[in-house]
Amino acid sequence: MNEITKQLLGAITDREEGFTGAYNIRVDGGCADRQSTEHILITSMTDKPGMEVRVVPGTKGETVYIPACVTHGNVDDLVYNDFYIGEDCDVTVVAGCGVHNEEESAARHNGIHRFFLAKGAKVLYLEKHIGTGVGAGQRVIDPVTEVDLAEEAVLTMDTTQLGGVDRTRRVTTGKLAARARLIIRERLMTDGEEWAKTDFDVELNGEDSGVDLVSRSVAKGNSHQEYRSRICGNAPCTGHSECDAIIVGNATVSAAPELEANHGDAELIHEAAIGKIAGEQILKLRTLGLTEEEAEAKIIAGFLK
Amino acid sequence: MLKLENVVWQLPDGEGILNGVDLTVPEGKLVVITGPNGGGKTTLAKIIAGLETPTSGKILFDGEDITGKNITERANMGISYAFQQPVRFKGLSVRDLIGLAAGGELGEDECCTILSKVGLCAREYIDRDVDASLSGGEIKRIEIASVLARGTHLSIFDEPEAGIDLWSFSSLIKVFKELKEKLSGTLLIISHQERILDIADEIVVVADGKVEAHGPKDEILPNLFASGGCSGCCPAVNP
Repeated sequence: MNEITKQLLGAITDREEGFTGAYNIRVDGGCADRQSTEHILITSMTDKPGMEVRVVPGTKGETVYIPACVTHGNVDDLVYNDFYIGEDCDVTVVAGCGVHNEEESAARHNGIHRFFLAKGAKVLYLEKHIGTGVGAGQRVIDPVTEVDLAEEAVLTMDTTQLGGVDRTRRVTTGKLAARARLIIRERLMTDGEEWAKTDFDVELNGEDSGVDLVSRSVAKGNSHQEYRSRICGNAPCTGHSECDAIIVGNATVSAAPELEANHGDAELIHEAAIGKIAGEQILKLRTLGLTEEEAEAKIIAGFLK
Repeated sequence: MLKLENVVWQLPDGEGILNGVDLTVPEGKLVVITGPNGGGKTTLAKIIAGLETPTSGKILFDGEDITGKNITERANMGISYAFQQPVRFKGLSVRDLIGLAAGGELGEDECCTILSKVGLCAREYIDRDVDASLSGGEIKRIEIASVLARGTHLSIFDEPEAGIDLWSFSSLIKVFKELKEKLSGTLLIISHQERILDIADEIVVVADGKVEAHGPKDEILPNLFASGGCSGCCPAVNP
């Protein structure tokens, strides 16, 4: 494993040492290392590139790492990963992708992740995307996440992309049965000429199901962001989405939230705000002794923490 | 320690909000600025803290002309300002804000010492964001705490009583009394509250953008209330 791969893996997973427990390391379109455990079985798909991760019912407190790296240009990596989480599990999945490109041609990773949570299962899904390197070739990450939650299942998705990715199209969909919950926290920052589109589509099909979706983003330089969300309430349910974007410089942002209530007891809320950092916030921090630049950096860091 | 000389501040259309303020605030005193709404009190406070630039006039702080200094420079020279309407931040916690005010990260014990002065329990609040989830009274107390955490030579509080319930207000009076006794610095409080006026060393009455009266509390306070608490500005009260 070369130094670039090690650095990318460390940045994605926040781990400095090697992996323990269940893991699959994907580098430049191939499997670099893999380990299953007694409760978490990882096998290759036979009909397409990718793997199946099966967690036996009742597994609690275990973590599976599935980071992916692209370390140079002229790579177009497409991978399908399916997760079958057994009843009453409580596990963490650490995914994410790092793309490094010093070359003229593009480096792309397209990970299609499908989650099938059985009744009462809980998953914390952590996903971090980064781009590094100074080559003219684009760094592209196009993640797709499909979530299917059985009764009382809960998936918390924490997804972050804080820079270096030239183009990204992030698609997340969810289908929720009775009393299931989907919690999504997205943090996104773009700069320079970067372009990011994020798209959520959640169907609340079961009684008392609920989704809470919060997206915070900062668009700097000449970058462009598009946000779209659709929450569809087909039963007595609760849906909340919140999209906040801070614009710095000449960046542009568009947001198109959509709520669709197909049942009289569907309670759906959306909040959205796009704009520059409030002048009053800068003034307050300056009265504490910070310069304008320091105040702006603090406000952005807090907003995206 | 603070001296304003003929300070004028006008709106872009030329309307005068401060019409030649001359004011000397002595070292180590608690000075309360009072007067009718719209008289220029908040503008005066903002001009001292650097949030507004005077159209003309001069501001001296510890003998130095600070008229041309910006907000950050004045903050670092030892001027603090508690906003009348505190600012909310998505993503900055109470611990973050108090830490920024104090000039470094604070432990729970240090946060507790500061927040208890404004009647808040640190454990309940330090990890909460300073955002819309806080009530008006809660955020007001955190705003005051952010100034207490700085411990500067001059602390300005713009209507600290606004938005605070009766119970918290009593503890706030206690805080100002303690500050008055312990601090070597100067407190400048904008207020209409009789209980705050009562603990002042000096009272300044500002009306129509000018200092209408300035003197020791015992001299100013009786006249203030003799005139209906309106410093003579309202013909209905003082025909």
